[in-house]
Amino acid sequence: MASQSVSLSSEVFLEKAISDGNGQVKIVLYEPKIVTPGDKLIFFLKYHNVGAAPAANFVVTNPLPGAIAFQGSNDAAAELSVDNGRNWGFLAALKIHEVNGAWRPARMEDVTHVRWTMRSPIPAGGQGKLSFRGIVR
Amino acid sequence: MHKNSQWLIANVELARVVPLVIATASIAFATPVQAAGTVAGTTISNTATATYDDPSGTPTTLPSNRVDILVDEVLDVTVVSADPGNVVVAPGSTNQAVSFTVTNTGNGSEAFALNPTTAIGGDQFDPTTTSIVLDTNNNGIYDPTIDTVYVPGSNDPVLAPDASVTVFVLSTIPGGAPDLDRGFLDLTAVARTVVGAPGPVVPGRVFAGDGQGGGDAIVGTTSADGVDRGTYLVQTATVSFVKSAAIVDPFGGSKSVPGSIITYTLVANVSGTGTLTNLKLGDAVPTNTTYEAGTITLQGATLTDVVDADAGEIATNTVAVRLGSVAGGQTRTVTFKVKIN
Repeated sequence: MASQSVSLSSEVFLEKAISDGNGQVKIVLYEPKIVTPGDKLIFFLKYHNVGAAPAANFVVTNPLPGAIAFQGSNDAAAELSVDNGRNWGFLAALKIHEVNGAWRPARMEDVTHVRWTMRSPIPAGGQGKLSFRGIVR
Repeated sequence: MHKNSQWLIANVELARVVPLVIATASIAFATPVQAAGTVAGTTISNTATATYDDPSGTPTTLPSNRVDILVDEVLDVTVVSADPGNVVVAPGSTNQAVSFTVTNTGNGSEAFALNPTTAIGGDQFDPTTTSIVLDTNNNGIYDPTIDTVYVPGSNDPVLAPDASVTVFVLSTIPGGAPDLDRGFLDLTAVARTVVGAPGPVVPGRVFAGDGQGGGDAIVGTTSADGVDRGTYLVQTATVSFVKSAAIVDPFGGSKSVPGSIITYTLVANVSGTGTLTNLKLGDAVPTNTTYEAGTITLQGATLTDVVDADAGEIATNTVAVRLGSVAGGQTRTVTFKVKIN
């Protein structure tokens, strides 16, 4: 098994707006144990090729927890799915098949999966970080 | 994989530590869809997966660590008057119900303490609360034999997230309350978790370990209490009687002599915004006179002298007419004739 040549770690941070008392509001990140509906979370995925050889066709996939409404990713390369990974693309290209048979444009809260596909192999020792935002439903 | 779905990772940050303070930025988030949100005690678990080809070209799948976050309970409640308008009551009436809808807008199952108040400015009387009743059969109507009397701390209604209960508050109306006087009644519902807590219960206050599912309970934007107002409106009526007599003597004049006919006219004037029910009118035939048969009229229509289906009769030498329900603003006129002996 060569499966230990790459590591992938998941971290979740809670975004809180803190007033500094001088009218300035700072956005601070916490690592939460507990959250409440409406809380804003940032999900980080860190990968690291600790092996001696490049890792090719590297794809990271994160299924959205059911209680999380997707709120976007700053990574332009993030692809989305609103049907549990069957179809992928940018949000504008995705559609939702409604119960009455009609199709409507997908919304961010419809997103079920987000993934990143690396065009180039991750070189030995290479690492990086991916992120997306979500809100507790 | 589709060729066009290959994307360059443009902004991968290498070996950068997660910043604890991002910026003085405002980040737009959509509001959550559901009213109450994810149920308290839910664990949010996040795991990502990486796939790649190892040096030998073998596809490899690698899960990340799992991050578990517990959803805390938010304590929120609303109270809304469920009456379509003022509750119209009569002075001195009892068990008069004002109704409210209490809704758990938090995300956990929660008991709510109910508390009515009547000492409120701006009204003319204070109704006396006699009981609070929970709409057991959930039909929105007070059913005295079905619905359950509320006992604070004993059967506080327990509501699931987004669930509601209709609450009736029964009152006695003061006996002397005049027409169109109003009495206010406020119903407050408070999450049982915060009842009796020392200090102010303000949004964001944490009750450690008191949340459903083992997390904390956090006071929500409603401060974990809700209140709304019901209004009793007195509608009553009063009646005044006016009696007059017209005399026609046997000679065409108006002298009171034997043989003269006296026509008595009794007018009942009902005033106010309410209705008088079971209104009756009785008048004894005066001494030294004899009732003239067949002369009782109500609103100009003749009534028979005997006790029967119509509204009036003469019995034991007294003219009696039953006027039934008469609303404020209406009059009833009864006439009858007697002959002077």
